[in-house]
Amino acid sequence: MLAPDTQTTSVVSAKGLSLTYRTHQGHVHALSNIDLDIGSHEFVSFIGPSGCGKTTFLRVIADLEAPTSGTISVNGMTPKEAREARAYGYVFQAPALYPWRTVEKNIALPLEIMGYPREERQERIGRLLDLVDLAGFGKKFPWQLSGGMQQRASIARALVFDADLLLMDEPFGALDEIVRDHLNEQLLKLWERTGKTICFVTHSIPEAVYLSTKIVVMSPRPGRVTDIIISPLPKERPLDIRETPEFLAVAHRIRQGLRAGHSYEE
Amino acid sequence: MLERSDNGNTFPILAVVTGIVVLWYLAAVWMNAPWAYDQAQRANTALSLTQLLGSTMVQERPVLPAPHQVAAELWDTIVNKPITSKRSLVYHAWITLSATLLGFALGTTFGVLLAVLIVHNVAADKSLMPWIIATQTIPILAIAPMIIVVLNAIGISGLLPKALISTYLSFFPVAVGMVKGLRSPEPTFLDLMRTYNASGLQTFWKLKWPSALPYLFISMKVAVAISLVGAIVWPAPITARPSRSGPRCSWRQPSSPFSSGWSASFTASLNVGWGGRHERRMAILRHRFLAGGLGDE
Repeated sequence: MLAPDTQTTSVVSAKGLSLTYRTHQGHVHALSNIDLDIGSHEFVSFIGPSGCGKTTFLRVIADLEAPTSGTISVNGMTPKEAREARAYGYVFQAPALYPWRTVEKNIALPLEIMGYPREERQERIGRLLDLVDLAGFGKKFPWQLSGGMQQRASIARALVFDADLLLMDEPFGALDEIVRDHLNEQLLKLWERTGKTICFVTHSIPEAVYLSTKIVVMSPRPGRVTDIIISPLPKERPLDIRETPEFLAVAHRIRQGLRAGHSYEE
Repeated sequence: MLERSDNGNTFPILAVVTGIVVLWYLAAVWMNAPWAYDQAQRANTALSLTQLLGSTMVQERPVLPAPHQVAAELWDTIVNKPITSKRSLVYHAWITLSATLLGFALGTTFGVLLAVLIVHNVAADKSLMPWIIATQTIPILAIAPMIIVVLNAIGISGLLPKALISTYLSFFPVAVGMVKGLRSPEPTFLDLMRTYNASGLQTFWKLKWPSALPYLFISMKVAVAISLVGAIVWPAPITARPSRSGPRCSWRQPSSPFSSGWSASFTASLNVGWGGRHERRMAILRHRFLAGGLGDE
């Protein structure tokens, strides 16, 4: 379990969080008694099979779904207040860039909504395009970019208004392994540079181990947390770290957690 | 973007036009033949093939005028008549065109407003759609004279009543298309707006309206064609009922057998051409959206 750390503040704090959908086939327990704390500057991965509630949990944090019982606080506020305060950026599995806007204008979208003046918008967009290595692609349309580039633009859009919390729902799920490796590295560098708190949902065990400081293993039916692993890996992580014994030990522990949650059975 | 100014369309267009003209001549011979034979029978003479061909081309009241007859009439009514004369094709075309365009503009505006209301108000959504569909089931030939007469009775006459018939016909495709268009953004896009805590108005202008534009242009193409039908059909059922203005004056419109038909074709092709340019840009955008996808690879 998590040792109390007085240095970091709690960004997300869930107690007894449950979410049950009522369908005509009966009740679906998407989340069942989740107790979880996420501190600032952490990189937390949520891993588990389909239906284990990891995306649902992320959406509850984002106030895109409402829990049926339990409590959750984001930055000390309710998720609704946090959403109204624009406390987080959300990256979806599909890049979700508006096809009628150029990349620049897409990144400008949250800034337009939040009322930033034009000069500041230009400055921020330029800075973010550099940050995600898309400098010079601002005037292109989304269809002119590859999948990886589109997803990078989507990440830039989530970062552009300086929210401290970044919620990412399997952002690299639709990409091939090579692009994925590259983006994983870039994301890690980005995290180090910006110091944000990141909640990252993934299907991929190596990805979860490589990126995170903390890994939350979840299982379905009902959706619950089976294990929380504090990663022993150092902060500096070249891609080669994926062949070290420490890495494999963490991956093994994740698989044990998944097996305990009956994730490998039908 | 276009490498050739004609976009490679010249030869195909010429080929199709030539084909149509040839078919037209053949059809003119075939359809005018019965009358030609009839005339020959009355005069107790027989018609050879060349005589038949010749006589079908120069009839005064043909069933199907030959292309050269139509061309001569077009020349006569466009060039040889002053534009303001009631025998000028340009004058007649403008009468139909102005009613069409005004009706189309009003119909589009009304259709868009109706769609916005339906999409944002649950009560309107549940109640309005059946009524809108019902309006389109009433035959226009029945409605048109009623509208004209009622509006004239309260003093509104001239262009507006004619335009209103076109409005009545054209608002429906725009309303239906826009409702679909405004509802077309996928849930992910809507979720994105929610995460920014965007207001309803912001979501409308930045997401729903741009998403609806392809649907709007398609609907407008249908609406302009229907609007034209309305502008042409309305004078038909009106009897020679004397009144101060519009109906009586315009009843004399179809003064030649060709003019209504040709003004119709002329305005229709103008409208489609103009609308088509706009629609092309949106079609390209739409194609990119569907083909380029959202990064699913």
